[in-house]
Amino acid sequence: MGVEGIGARVVRKEDKRFITGKGRYVDDIKMVGMTHAHFIRSPHAHAKVKGIDSSAALKMPGVVAVLTGREIVDDKVGNLICGWAITSKDGSPMKMGAWPAMAPETVRFVGQAVAVVIAESKNLARDAAEAVVVNYEELPAVADVQAAIKSGAPQLHPEAPGNQVYDWVIGDEGATDAAFAKAANVVKLDVTNNRLAPNAMEPRAALADYDAAEEHFTLYTTSQNPHVARLVLSAFYNIAPEHKLRVIAPDVGGGFGSKIFIYPEEMVALWASKKVGRPVKWTGDRTEAFLTDAHGRDHVTHAEMAFDANNKITGLKVKTYANFGAYMSLFSSSVPTYLYATLLSGQYNIPAIHAEVIGVYTNTTPVDAYRGAGRPEASYLIERLMETAARQLKVDPAQLRRSNFITQFPHQTPVIMAYDTGDFNASLDAAMKAIDYAGFPARKAQAKAQGKLRGIGVSCYIEACGIAPSKAVGSLGAGVGLWESAEVRVNPVGTIEILTGSHSHGQGHETTFCQLVAERLGVPISQVSIVHGDTDKVQFGMGTYGSRSAAVGLTAILKAMEKMESKAKKIAAHALEASEADIVIENGEFKVTGTDKAIALPMVALAAYTAHNLPDGMEPGLKESAFYDPTNFTFPAGTYICELEVDPGTGKTSFVNFVAADDFGRLINPMIVEGQVHGGLVQGIGQALLEHAIYDANGQPVTASFMDYAMPRADDVPSFNLSHTTTLCPGNPLGIKGCGEAGAIGASAAVINAITDAIGKNNLEMPATPDRVWRTIHAA
Amino acid sequence: MYQTKYHRASSVDEAVSLFGKSSEAKFLAGGQTLLPVMKQRLASPSDVIDLGKIKELQGVELSGDTLTIKAGTIYYDIMTNADVKKAIPAIAHLTSVLGDPAVRYRGTIGGSIANNDPAADFPAALLALGATVKTNKRSIAAEDFFQGLFSTALEDGEIITAVSFPVPAKAGYEKMRHPASRFALTGVFVAQTKSGEVRVAATGASQSGVMRVPAIEAALKANWSPSAIDSVTISANGLLADIHGTAEYRANLIKVMAQRAVAAAG
Ligand SMILES: Cc1cc2nc3c(=O)[nH]c(=O)nc-3n(C[C@H](O)[C@H](O)[C@H](O)COP(=O)(O)OP(=O)(O)OC[C@H]3O[C@@H](n4cnc5c(N)ncnc54)[C@H](O)[C@@H]3O)c2cc1C
Repeated sequence: MGVEGIGARVVRKEDKRFITGKGRYVDDIKMVGMTHAHFIRSPHAHAKVKGIDSSAALKMPGVVAVLTGREIVDDKVGNLICGWAITSKDGSPMKMGAWPAMAPETVRFVGQAVAVVIAESKNLARDAAEAVVVNYEELPAVADVQAAIKSGAPQLHPEAPGNQVYDWVIGDEGATDAAFAKAANVVKLDVTNNRLAPNAMEPRAALADYDAAEEHFTLYTTSQNPHVARLVLSAFYNIAPEHKLRVIAPDVGGGFGSKIFIYPEEMVALWASKKVGRPVKWTGDRTEAFLTDAHGRDHVTHAEMAFDANNKITGLKVKTYANFGAYMSLFSSSVPTYLYATLLSGQYNIPAIHAEVIGVYTNTTPVDAYRGAGRPEASYLIERLMETAARQLKVDPAQLRRSNFITQFPHQTPVIMAYDTGDFNASLDAAMKAIDYAGFPARKAQAKAQGKLRGIGVSCYIEACGIAPSKAVGSLGAGVGLWESAEVRVNPVGTIEILTGSHSHGQGHETTFCQLVAERLGVPISQVSIVHGDTDKVQFGMGTYGSRSAAVGLTAILKAMEKMESKAKKIAAHALEASEADIVIENGEFKVTGTDKAIALPMVALAAYTAHNLPDGMEPGLKESAFYDPTNFTFPAGTYICELEVDPGTGKTSFVNFVAADDFGRLINPMIVEGQVHGGLVQGIGQALLEHAIYDANGQPVTASFMDYAMPRADDVPSFNLSHTTTLCPGNPLGIKGCGEAGAIGASAAVINAITDAIGKNNLEMPATPDRVWRTIHAA
Repeated sequence: MYQTKYHRASSVDEAVSLFGKSSEAKFLAGGQTLLPVMKQRLASPSDVIDLGKIKELQGVELSGDTLTIKAGTIYYDIMTNADVKKAIPAIAHLTSVLGDPAVRYRGTIGGSIANNDPAADFPAALLALGATVKTNKRSIAAEDFFQGLFSTALEDGEIITAVSFPVPAKAGYEKMRHPASRFALTGVFVAQTKSGEVRVAATGASQSGVMRVPAIEAALKANWSPSAIDSVTISANGLLADIHGTAEYRANLIKVMAQRAVAAAG
């Protein structure tokens, strides 16, 4: 592997910039003549906009313009789109209401923008915004998914009667019913998957500049996928054709999914920069982040699992209500369908599955993909069901899982996915050993003697990453292909630039991607730089989410590297008067195998660019590009086991131990992988114990600041014990599965299974706050 | 509209005189409450008078049976002060579980009690220990000082200069932290004075702010031990209820925190 090659724990190159305050985020960028935008947002969850009076605001110092929803609609800026078409069980397409970038007539969630003030400074814009008078006529609102589907509930969109977006099904209902009819035991469970606010450290921001002479826009924005942003802004929002719109996502401080989507604020900044003829900057504050960044999860589910007399699973039935909020965000429709129900087989052999998902509008912030996106919901459900089943059937929870594991690969589940490889026993064994599962009863007894309730909880998760084979997702309704592109540029002096369509917003691409180059060429990573996040530099890209950057993005780089190496070998063979087949690359040199003849990479590069002595007919230069489209999803899987104690007096949970045994396929940089797992586990624990985006019955958000919304802090989580049980992914040449979301997918169930084990009561919803746990302990 | 003028006072007298000269002034101590409120535009003082550099508002003194903490002393300095640890270790402990390190390095005891947040920690200590609040004008008993949510006996322009605590025989503080803000979801301070009186104060629990808990005081007076509280019933009536804790849960916490505070007090 070499000191900086694949598998090396290389320190992150980008961290020098980040930890010395030299990161360059959107808000750090200043332009001559720049103005500042402040949005006027609805304080009501549902209301008609009867009028907007900006006359007083326009007279205030430094005010450049006040622009309204009516104007943006009149200027034919397109409505926001949802990019994945879902078909209901009756064959009808999903039913969507229009979502204009600013509301001209009706607001449907607290925080929806109705107008924007453009002024010389942020504070002047904010001052003037207070002087804009918006006349609202309040309408009844509904925030809860089950309340929204009741007859007589307030209706959000005329296009979607009953607030229903779709009623979608997957699997074989007849076979599932038959399995239940024959079942020896049926286990039932109702589960709520709590709504979460993503809370990336850097709030969203946009800086738009319109060049009237060139009729060209530049947008700096906090995006996980700048090319997708450009595509959507061009093709659907009528901002400008693609060649007249450059989108740059510079350093971005975390995304977790929330920065995949193209939001109204970016559209307005672009449109306004043309209207006022000056650059327009908007930087959200934390409250705006709580109100307008797409939220995650929010499911209510009833599930039943059938078992035969030998405790083998024979069937699974699931009915889920998914709260989409007030509008359908960019990929929202796919999250509770193809990213959720396709994972309902978990790690288990389940012959028959049937799931129904009803998507529902409510007067809340739109909900979309958030770290894990659908897969945490599936994993949580299955792992809570398995635990419930073990308790009901009175068998050891680890043993019940083991006896139902899929052990033969490839394995076709009844819900589309074909698992390529895995070794679920290996990760379960590793985790049980790490936590000394066998010794738990003694530890529990000891804790009891000290007045503490100790519990242990297992979670065996599987997820689908490496998103995604374009043809497959296209056949399921996706509006885009999910390949990745890359370019390798070897400069005349032999330094290397890798251009990637992936985008790093914390993942460490500037290090891991260099490690592939170091591995293949034997050059130090200091000679390699990674270019990403700029549509003018990088040919194209689908961005970073769904743990796809290594499995898809790095594979694209590998493909481009192979092309470059092949050309370089020809040049080297020509220079060394050897056969191309005899050239090997080692330590930055092209060698004739078995001899001491060699030519260094810089000399090969120089030869490529001077072109004085290239093989006949060869083009000058040393630069290659590639597009890589995966053939299947990848399937990271593993076991998490959590041991904890509950204080019966307060209901407070304290961790004793948390072990993770993951199978991510090949690891490029184990240190970075560990960081990804740590972060994911903390988010999963956050969901299980602390985080909850709450609305009151009238759709008013109750948790719009960190004083109310509990983000996990370092002392809320244990020190993690990580290990890896690796099976290489056969679907890509590097054998990579992906590691970015696993922690968030698998952790929540382990925690809730452990708490419910500790307190001896199975029904407990997330977040398991001390109050809720205490009330559950003491409930009759 | 939101402009404010910053003044740095070098003495209490200067601060008072600056206050008198401006239309809507506010004193600034650690800024851990005032500045966020100003950023949210919920307060817009014409003038902000910084007390942070006033020497006479800094420091801790132990003289005989009285521990005096000057109003401008930051939590971190209270928490690490040798006299505090010796005379009333429960106050050092209280300060160590107040907020987070950033808050502890800026926030002050004077700011905390002037603000009188219903979930703040220090009001419980003052009330349970029978402390006296010293201002530039007078001395106010803790009982009279705290007057419900965010309200105190302070007059306009009156500056807290110090708080003096009678050193108790025994004292303890235990707090269930609010999961998000880390204020007290409920915190209970128990004290046994040198004359044998028992005083118990709970914060974070009541809809009307920090309060004494007579039922627990009576139980502890009879028997200073955690188990003495087992049979006490605390009513949920009048207690706070929010997304992080029902009134019943807070009623339970008053008991449980009191028991643990007694155990900690020894
Ligand atoms: C994240 C966070 C967590 C927190 N957690 C806790 C917690 O767990 N427990 C807790 O108790 N508190 C907590 N706080 C509040 C914190 O203790 C504040 O420091 C305190 O409420 C105010 O003190 P300050 O010195 O910062 O005062 P400032 O914010 O400067 O002032 C607050 C008010 O007091 C007035 N004032 C200040 N000093 C004087 C004086 N000497 N005389 C008269 N009036 C004065 C000011 O005019 C102002 O109205 C937290 C705050 C934050 C931001």
